[in-house]
Amino acid sequence: MNNKLLKQIIFFQIFRTIAASVILFLFIMIWTFISNGIGVVSWSFLTDMPRRGMTEGGIFPAIVGTIYLTLGAIVFAFPIGVASAVYLVEYAREGRLVQIINSAITNLAGVPSIVYGLFGFGIFVIFLNFGTSILSGSLTLFLMILPTIVSAAREALLGVPKSFREGSLALGATKWQTIRHMVLPYALPGILTGAILAVARAAGETAPIILTAAFFFRPSLPKSIMDGTMALASHIYYMATQHHAINLVRPLTYGSVLVLLGLVLSLNILAIAVRTRYRRRKNW
Amino acid sequence: MRINNFKEFLIEKFLFASSIVSIIVVTLIFLLLFSQGILAFREISILDFLFGQTWQPTSLMKAEFGTVPLVYGTVIVTSIAMAISIPLGIAIAVYIAEIANPIEKEILKPIVELLAGVPSVVYGFFALVTLATWIQQLTSTNSRLNALNGGLILAIMVIPTIVSLAEDAISSVPKEYREGSMALGASKWETIKNVTVPSAAPGILAAILLGFGRAVGETMAVLMATGNAAVVNFNILDSVRTMTATIVIETPEVAFGSLHYHALFAVALLLFVITFVFNYIAGVIMRRYRRTGR
Repeated sequence: MNNKLLKQIIFFQIFRTIAASVILFLFIMIWTFISNGIGVVSWSFLTDMPRRGMTEGGIFPAIVGTIYLTLGAIVFAFPIGVASAVYLVEYAREGRLVQIINSAITNLAGVPSIVYGLFGFGIFVIFLNFGTSILSGSLTLFLMILPTIVSAAREALLGVPKSFREGSLALGATKWQTIRHMVLPYALPGILTGAILAVARAAGETAPIILTAAFFFRPSLPKSIMDGTMALASHIYYMATQHHAINLVRPLTYGSVLVLLGLVLSLNILAIAVRTRYRRRKNW
Repeated sequence: MRINNFKEFLIEKFLFASSIVSIIVVTLIFLLLFSQGILAFREISILDFLFGQTWQPTSLMKAEFGTVPLVYGTVIVTSIAMAISIPLGIAIAVYIAEIANPIEKEILKPIVELLAGVPSVVYGFFALVTLATWIQQLTSTNSRLNALNGGLILAIMVIPTIVSLAEDAISSVPKEYREGSMALGASKWETIKNVTVPSAAPGILAAILLGFGRAVGETMAVLMATGNAAVVNFNILDSVRTMTATIVIETPEVAFGSLHYHALFAVALLLFVITFVFNYIAGVIMRRYRRTGR
């Protein structure tokens, strides 16, 4: 019996150590970026144009580019993704078609981002002739985050009790009125959580926008959606590996990483917070 | 009333059209990759493409499109990543699901989610500046950026995928299984080892397969960590180049419609098929697992 217990204690400690080491890794990584990047990040770093071949100045155009690309993606992905989930949960009857749609969504979620990138390059940049532009990049990111939003919205809708719908229908409301007033409001926090995570993912994606939207350097802000743009994620890649004076710009690169990491992790934390709060308040 | 009906009808059609988008996109991706990739085989044979030892698409003397070095790069980096992330991922999943107290759980779960949320270019930069230095100090290798570096950073990136799915699988094992085992005198550890984890095995396998799919398709981190030399040296401390990295590096420079252009689509098609197959198998396992009604 003692032997048994000893074994258990030893194994539990090993598992605990492994779990703790993952936390440690995350902290080491974040600390590396904070300690090396915090000295660079300032108001002017965030709001200035890059100067002298990007060896000085700020990353304003990259931040603006990331915002444009991400907004563009979510503007398409949110309505279509939510609509798709509403159809699957509220309207569709179990059958061949729903099965095909579901497996299409699962497979889309597993397609590597670089494949989306090359697809976007082939379809939007070349075939539709949008060129290297915010439009091409946003559309590519839209396709990439669509499965995330559909899955999250589907889960959220499935979480709304059937009795809500039945009560509303019994009072004479139509199907759409029921969904609009009795289902969607209660599913909203779950849907928003998914959407925020999707935005975070889109903001951090690099490979697809390198092929469809990103410029190594662009000294002015994009004026239309047909312009190419700098973006935070691609900027980090270029500064870390392609710049002619990699060591000289290393501090600025750390600063850019810190900004991107701060943006993406805040969005993730926001999503976790929305979800936790909503779970606690859920009282049906 | 009829207007109302018409409105309902229109809304349903709009929702239906939205849900068809996913099918259209999957089909279009496959069709584009296939139609563009297949064109490469007008000029190079499929055998040379799959088994050729040299990838030199821009050589002026003799352009060669053998994907063996790229597949080797992907295989070696993915193998290292999976060798590390499978045991660690399952250990963490078991810890969260079965061992951790509520406070540890509250901390661990969001941390794993945050790890999953870190952009791959950030992992890539960390591998490039920090991890590579650590490896160099430990092994005194000549090539700072190498397969081991790529494999390690990839392992970290895959761990969240494995943890969250494996944890779901383990948590959904019915309580009665554990109670039965404990009632027969097994310790908590024996119960985990002999009852809980084996019962969750299909779900854990699906988690591993999805992690594998993620590892094969990961691009930026691997691109920045491995040094990108398209050579086969069978040494984890040498630089390698993966299929994904090849596409990022070469697509921006490629001439539209050239053999090289089509060859890159063929590489992407290969990637698409590999990840498709793994995701499909994982999906089938998960669906069957659920249907057997646990």
